[in-house]
Amino acid sequence: MEVESMRPYSSRELDRAESAEIEALIAASKEPHPDPVTWIDEEVRKNVLVTAVDSLLNWGRHYSLWPVNFGLACCAFEMVATAVSRFDISRFGMELFRPSPRQADLLLVAGTLTWKMAPALKRVYDQMAEPKWVLAMGACAISGGPFRDSYSVVPGVNLIVPVDVYVPGCPPRPEALLHGIIMLHQKIDKDTFLKKRQDDQAPLR
Amino acid sequence: MTKPLSGEDIARQIGEHLHDAVTEFDESAVFVKGEALLEVARFLKESPGLDFDYLTAITAVDFSEHFELVYHLTSIKNNHSVVLKARCYERENPTLPSVAGLWQGADFQEREIYDLMGIAFDGHPNMKRILLWEGFQGHPLRKDYGGQAASTEGEVEG
Repeated sequence: MEVESMRPYSSRELDRAESAEIEALIAASKEPHPDPVTWIDEEVRKNVLVTAVDSLLNWGRHYSLWPVNFGLACCAFEMVATAVSRFDISRFGMELFRPSPRQADLLLVAGTLTWKMAPALKRVYDQMAEPKWVLAMGACAISGGPFRDSYSVVPGVNLIVPVDVYVPGCPPRPEALLHGIIMLHQKIDKDTFLKKRQDDQAPLR
Repeated sequence: MTKPLSGEDIARQIGEHLHDAVTEFDESAVFVKGEALLEVARFLKESPGLDFDYLTAITAVDFSEHFELVYHLTSIKNNHSVVLKARCYERENPTLPSVAGLWQGADFQEREIYDLMGIAFDGHPNMKRILLWEGFQGHPLRKDYGGQAASTEGEVEG
């Protein structure tokens, strides 16, 4: 009671604020974000100087991809198994799972995303510094999986954030996650640092 | 091993103290009237020899024509258990007395039942949704819940 009266807001107000945030996100998330695939045709337009700078930059990015772990369901355990010694994610230069999105490049969405959690995912993604990539791990993250028609599950995280790599499985084995990460490395290798990110109108970087 | 007490035995003991509270009983469960639920629960918790000091779980079942609340009670002191059931025939505004004052563990479980099944509990200290957000339409575990998924636009191709 004492604590309740000291707060500048009541728990009712917190509930209403949360509700408004979720409802606004549902209303804004009718169409999936297009997958960022502009790199496919960019190879043709590269010139020699940019290619040299790019390959150096991409080499660096590719071997120091720091993930932020967004473990939501059982897929998170496969992600943890991937990180520890048997599969050892540090072989690919990403042993540091960051507790803060500000220090991370890769958002690993592992598991079922519910609408109540969706604002948190959006916020974490927005807090990550460019360049950033998203990997959707498992059937639920890709499309909602068996819970697609549920009242509370987001049918695919690409409704909330643009997804670079989809790793199917229920849950995917650590080998599958590692394969997805290697595919992402290949995607990064083809990236060009002057390109505009497709999903938002961010300035050139 | 916890000994399950027979519903008949418990129904007799309740009947001796609270007349007309028990509607029926079977081998494992006692059915009581909704309005008598709190008195029965207090009797089961506080009478010596029964001492149901622990509420294992509350479940709500939707039988379409009525709701059934299932209370699994255990006595840690005497190592026995019983199942208490109450029916609610109201569908628009079902209400039952809260037992959160007796067993604090009922607090969140009653909120969950309110959230997903739409049964309100009288006397609960904080009767609001617990899993879904405030303003969610309907109660999804009801048999007649026809709510659409929040966003199902764009079906999977192929």
